[in-house]
Order: sequence, then structure tokens, then C-alpha cells
Amino acid sequence: MAKYLMLKHYTMAPEYMQYTPMEEWTPDEVDAHMNYMNAFVDRLKETGEYIGSEALSPEGTFVRYDGEGKPPVTDGPFAETKDLIAGGMIIDVESYDRALELAGELSAAPGAGGEPIREWLELRPFMGVTPNTTD
Amino acid sequence: MNDDELRNAVPIVIGILERRGADFSTAEDAVQDALIEAFRTWPVNEPRDMQGWLITVAWRKFLDRVRAESSRSAREEHSFALTTDAATTSADDTVDLYFLCAHPDLSPASAVALTLRAVGGLTTRQIAEAYLVPEATMAQRISRAKRTLAGRRLNRPGNISAVLTVLYLVFNEGYSGDVDLAAEAIRLTRVLAASIDHPEVSGLLALMLIHHARREARFSADGGLITLGEQDRSRWDSHLIAEGIGILQTALAREELDEFQVQAAIAALHADAQRVEDTDWPQIVEWYDELLRLHDSPIASLNRAVAIGEADGPAAGLAELRRLDDSLPRYFAVEAHLRERAGDDDVAAKLYAKAAAKASNLAERDHLVRQAARLNSEH
Repeated sequence: MAKYLMLKHYTMAPEYMQYTPMEEWTPDEVDAHMNYMNAFVDRLKETGEYIGSEALSPEGTFVRYDGEGKPPVTDGPFAETKDLIAGGMIIDVESYDRALELAGELSAAPGAGGEPIREWLELRPFMGVTPNTTD
Repeated sequence: MNDDELRNAVPIVIGILERRGADFSTAEDAVQDALIEAFRTWPVNEPRDMQGWLITVAWRKFLDRVRAESSRSAREEHSFALTTDAATTSADDTVDLYFLCAHPDLSPASAVALTLRAVGGLTTRQIAEAYLVPEATMAQRISRAKRTLAGRRLNRPGNISAVLTVLYLVFNEGYSGDVDLAAEAIRLTRVLAASIDHPEVSGLLALMLIHHARREARFSADGGLITLGEQDRSRWDSHLIAEGIGILQTALAREELDEFQVQAAIAALHADAQRVEDTDWPQIVEWYDELLRLHDSPIASLNRAVAIGEADGPAAGLAELRRLDDSLPRYFAVEAHLRERAGDDDVAAKLYAKAAAKASNLAERDHLVRQAARLNSEH
């Protein structure tokens, strides 16, 4: 088994952002989207492939150490940030192909007009454990 | 096996161990060990005298822990006097534990965790699941809390408001797992109210009961949040509401008004209205004025602006709102609601979307997105 993170973004480069924002859908379309997401999670729980998911608020702060005895410096939030993470779902699957398949399904959640949203997700493998047989 | 009966016994047994000479920290660990053994063995072999069983097993676990500790540190053998102070009863012991676990030196999260374990009789695993943290993290939080308490003397009567704050947090901020934390908070507050005659304990209990009565109506079948105005009021639990209002009225009659009684009074006024349009908003505004006199808080001011918007119209509500800081949580959600009531749908839709971006939980965010979507699709 291998763990993957399916990352969602609030903002990405413009060529990846070509879909209608959710508040411009109809309420029924919003409901349909939420129901699809919930059903997706339920199905992954049944197959034993679901680890967890978390959502992040869009507004964050950049923080950096600023020397002994001084409070950390902060900056942001940067409205113009090209790549803003919205959250993600962690799955534990047999293969890369299975991870691709699931990410594809998640990206097919219905959006405006009931059409698949075709949202770009970022699929990132977790670093695995060091096998006991390498040395 | 009756879980509540077992859990009720936990603080009593901790008290009994302490009177036999055990220190709080080890006694509490020993009772937790016994509790876990009870969960393992009782389903097959349930004792007739649950509390007696718990005392015997916890005492044995306590001695095991002390022996392990003494052999490690090669300290002298402890001796324990089996004395019982006739002046103290187990109800007093239990109340003492509420105060100790809500000690002001503890962080709120630690006080909550320790209260749930020592007073509530939950296992570390159940508490960890409820707050979505690993069990080892929760175990660490509890043992650090107990180290903080080591050597602290308990000066009863301690700070009752610290105890009530902890119970309120348990009621309000449970997440998941197999334990219903809201129900657990009510159980713990009932036990406290039975031992301590204090109008704010009653006020908090009334507040919890009235809110709990509305719980079934707060979420739709697919998990979406339903706001107070939209709820199907026939789904409210009228027995819980009646009980809460009864407790509140007795407390209010003592004329020692404080925060929880006022909050319960506001909840009671909402609960009294058969339909949302029957809500007595002018009286709710008066209670918010009272609340602000007792305890000036920006959140209470924001809620007061909502009530004024209902009592005197959206323009009055917006005027109140403008006096507040727009960085307050839910500020834009309130502004959106008032703008919509003023007929300013375009602005309201934008504000709902803005409020959604600032929401601090998914149920609220999804609700606000739906509100924006509703206004946008009406055009």
C-alpha cells in the first residue's frame, strides 16, 4: 500500500482555474457537489482506502524567526499568491494507478450546470518507510 | 453494562482512594486502569456491585503502581492508613474533583481533558477520539496537567466560574467519536447542580438543555447547517425545553443574575416562539443589554446587533454593526443577513461569499456558500 495526498487549491495558475466559483452555482448544484464529496469519502472508508481529510482557511500568515529575544516576524496574507492550498484528502492505495483513478473521480464532482467540475488536483505520494531488506 | 453508572462511580472511587492515603495523580491513573479493565471484562462477567468492584480493582491497581514505582526508585515502602473522615461524603469528593480539574493553572484544553477523565470517567482513547488527536497526545496532555497540579492545594470553595467554563467548553466543542460530548457535559452539569446550589450552575444547565433540545433540527439529512430561523420547530425536544425553562426560572428568582442565566434566558425566548415570527425580539435585545452590562464582549455586541436588526429593522441593525470591529468572527455573515433583509441582494451575495472565505468550520462555510449561491441564482 502507498499513501497519497490529493491536494486541493483555492488558487493556482490561471490555466488551471477555469471553472465557475461555487457561490455562482445554484443552491441545488452546491448540494449535489457536497453530496458527491460525502459519498466519495463513504465509499473510500468502505474499501479501506480512506485515511483522512482536512480543509484549510484561505487566509494564513507567513512567519519567520527574527533573532534572539525578538518576536517572530509575520507577513501576508498574500492575496496575489498563485498557489493557495485549500486542503486535501489522504488515501492509502495499492498502486499509483489506483491513486490516479480516485483523484480523477474526485475531480469529476459535479459543479455548475451539474457538469463535472474538472478541478485540477495535485497528487503527491508520501515518503514511505525504509524497507528492512536494503542493507 | 450501564456506562453512566460506571462513569458516575469514577470520581467517587478516586475520592475513596485519596481518603485511603493515595495521591490524586496515582489514584486517578489507578481508577483509569480499573475502568479499562471494566470495559474489557464486564461484558462477559458483570459484577453485581459495580462500585465495590471498581474500588477493589482500582486499589489493587494503585498498589501495583506504587510497588512498581518504589522498586524503581528504591524508595521506602509507602504506608497507607485506612481511615475514613466521617465529615466528608463522596458527593463532596466529587465536587472537589470538579474544582481541582478546572484549576486556573491549567490551560483550558488540559482542564477539559482532565475533567472528562477524572470526573467524567472517560478513557483517554475516547477523549482523544472526541477531539481528533492521537491517543498518545491526549495521554501526554493529561499527565502534564496532573504534574501541574502536583503540590497545588485545593482551596475550596474554588472558582465556580472556572468549573462552568470547562463544562461549557465540553458542551460546545466536541467533534466526533463514539462519545456524545454534549450529552456528557449535561450529565456532568446535572451531577454538579445536584451537589452545589448555585444559580449560575442552574443557568448553565438550563442553557445546555435548551440548546440540546434543538440539536436534531440544526442539521439537514445531508449534514447541512440549518439556522435558527429556518429550523423545523416541531423537531425541537419540548421536554428538554420545559425542563430547562423550569430550572432557569428557579435560578432567576434568586436575583443573582450572571452570564449563563442571561444566555439561557435568551435561548428560552427563542424556544418559546412557536414560529420564528413569534420571537420576542425586543425582550431579547433587553437581555443582550443585560449581558453586556455584566460582561462586555464583542461577540455579545454582534449578537445584539442581529437582535436589533430583527426588533427595529435592518437599518438599525446595520447602524449597530458599524460600531463594531469588522475583524470579529461572523461579522460579514451578520452584515450579509442584514443587507439581504434590507433588500440589497447583490451586496448581500458578495458579503456571504466573503463571510464563507472567513468561516472557521466547514458546516458554516458550506451554509454561507449556499446563501451566496441562493441570492446569485435568483437573478
